[in-house]
Amino acid sequence: MTRAAATESPLGRRVLIGIGMVFLALFLALPLVVVFVQAFAKGWPMFLDAITEPDARAAIRLTLLVAAISVPLNCVFGVVASWAITKFEFRGKSLLISLIDLPFSVSPVVAGLIFVLMFGAQGWFGQWLIAHNWKVIFAVPGIVLATVFVTFPFVAREIIPLMAEQGRDDEEAAVSLGESGWQTFWHVTLPNIRWGLLYGVLLCNARAMGEFGAVSVVSGHIRGLTNTMPLHVEILYNEYDFVGAFAVASLLASLALVTLVLKSLLEWRFGYHQARSAH
Amino acid sequence: MSIVIDALSKRFGAFAALNGVTLEARPGEFLALLGPSGSGKTTLLRMIAGLDFPDAGHVLFDGVDMTDTPAAERRIGFVFQNYALFRHMTVADNIAFGLTVRARRDRPAKADIRARVAELLDLIQLPDLGHRYPAQLSGGQRQRVALARALAVEPQLLLLDEPFGALDAKVRKDLRRWLRDLHDRLGLTSVFVTHDQEEALELADRVVIMNRGLIEQIGTPREVYDTPATPFVSAFVGETNQIPVTIAAGRAAYAGRQLDVPTAGISDGPAELHFRPHQAELGADVPGTLPILVGAARQRGGGWRVDATLDAQPIEFDVSGPVPDRGTRAGLRLTDVQLFPVR
Repeated sequence: MTRAAATESPLGRRVLIGIGMVFLALFLALPLVVVFVQAFAKGWPMFLDAITEPDARAAIRLTLLVAAISVPLNCVFGVVASWAITKFEFRGKSLLISLIDLPFSVSPVVAGLIFVLMFGAQGWFGQWLIAHNWKVIFAVPGIVLATVFVTFPFVAREIIPLMAEQGRDDEEAAVSLGESGWQTFWHVTLPNIRWGLLYGVLLCNARAMGEFGAVSVVSGHIRGLTNTMPLHVEILYNEYDFVGAFAVASLLASLALVTLVLKSLLEWRFGYHQARSAH
Repeated sequence: MSIVIDALSKRFGAFAALNGVTLEARPGEFLALLGPSGSGKTTLLRMIAGLDFPDAGHVLFDGVDMTDTPAAERRIGFVFQNYALFRHMTVADNIAFGLTVRARRDRPAKADIRARVAELLDLIQLPDLGHRYPAQLSGGQRQRVALARALAVEPQLLLLDEPFGALDAKVRKDLRRWLRDLHDRLGLTSVFVTHDQEEALELADRVVIMNRGLIEQIGTPREVYDTPATPFVSAFVGETNQIPVTIAAGRAAYAGRQLDVPTAGISDGPAELHFRPHQAELGADVPGTLPILVGAARQRGGGWRVDATLDAQPIEFDVSGPVPDRGTRAGLRLTDVQLFPVR
């Protein structure tokens, strides 16, 4: 048997794989199992009660609403920003690229505080908003703003490299064949980025539904009104309602699992697609 | 269709891509834009297409000013270097693209589009591949599909950016001939960009040689090869030996040694003497010849190409008779030369 110089001994390899497996089991698989075990600790009826009681239903509705607003918004922002960055040369381009990453490097709590400072009662626009009877902080608009901010990079980061790699040739070809810019976007650009875009939307959605820090700062934790699912889980847990907390948590965990499966499916499809169209 | 390019200029930041370029393509002509990278040839082609717009100057099609007309309204066929086929569409949909995107009132009926696609697939000799995706084709096939897509809108002007750049040598040769044939058959006016001088000389009716945003020479392949207008053209088109000479009293001298070459029309002073490998005869090291030291020889076509040195400078020349021994001192008699005064 020949062995490459960089290959570990069979024993070493087994030990390394073993350590990796144990770590994964302890820190990823076990907590996930615990969430579901706890959620069903007192049986189906309690679980169903916990997720259908009015406050839980309100939290689920709010989470879905926030995701339904912020994901499409970030989808549009992401495509527009990527388009601008990859298809045009302009001043301040590198600044824009760094700005897109800002939400990833800023702590979500700080992100939430930014919005309180701007739109809160004592904030820059606070008096003006009160005068016009608009509520942003401790209300749904604030939660949407915070979520949009935190989830902004997901779509843009996914499709910028894709668009950069594809260049402008396809669009120019379409234009030379008589298409307008808008037609070109629908017929050529969008189909070219669709898998990457879907992937970004998926990650964006998972984060939008799961976001805790930034939302926690701007929400005010008003039960049945401004509590999203993650906030609702925290409240229930602090009140020692473990079944309730874990029941709602298990919904979030299921979302994560679904996201994971879809993501793998996309990666498989996406990778396949990329490999096929490589020149 | 005739094209007139009138004093076209374009800067990208501090870089002058085009510096006042003027030229004309006659109807039915096959024109090559030849030059090294950065010479402005692709920029010029993109401006003819309407994919870039000049800072100054005009582009006219059949006498009509098209300078500010966007690409979509120019009705030209453009073939991209990497083909830019739409990867999510079948070959047939790619070819039909220029027809299907038209506004309803200009759009041919579905059956007519289908017929046109079938006709084009026949033309590019891929009649059975309409249902395939671009990724399932070879490079040469993609190239032909890109051409069919450009031709579907029945352009009178075909523009090609390095059309054979991404193909291997054999496919390139076949496609070249096929393209030239197609151009003649369809009565197109074509302009193509290339950095490959052999390709330009073989394919084009006239060659436009560009360098640093300027046109160095426009002429038939014969003209640019036999009578290059500038030292750049002489060096860029075909193989050339360059040696510094001095002209005094109508005679050229290399390092004080007078050479038997015609100097008509060249004023006294320093000059650059260019000659091609086949424009020299090997003989004895006598006055009137270039004193060289023979180096290695290699087979080339029917004869031999000999490397030699003139002092420290490498020189190449062809011999058809016996190959001289390495290390021989000999004289090179120049049968034809180009002289360019050094300013």
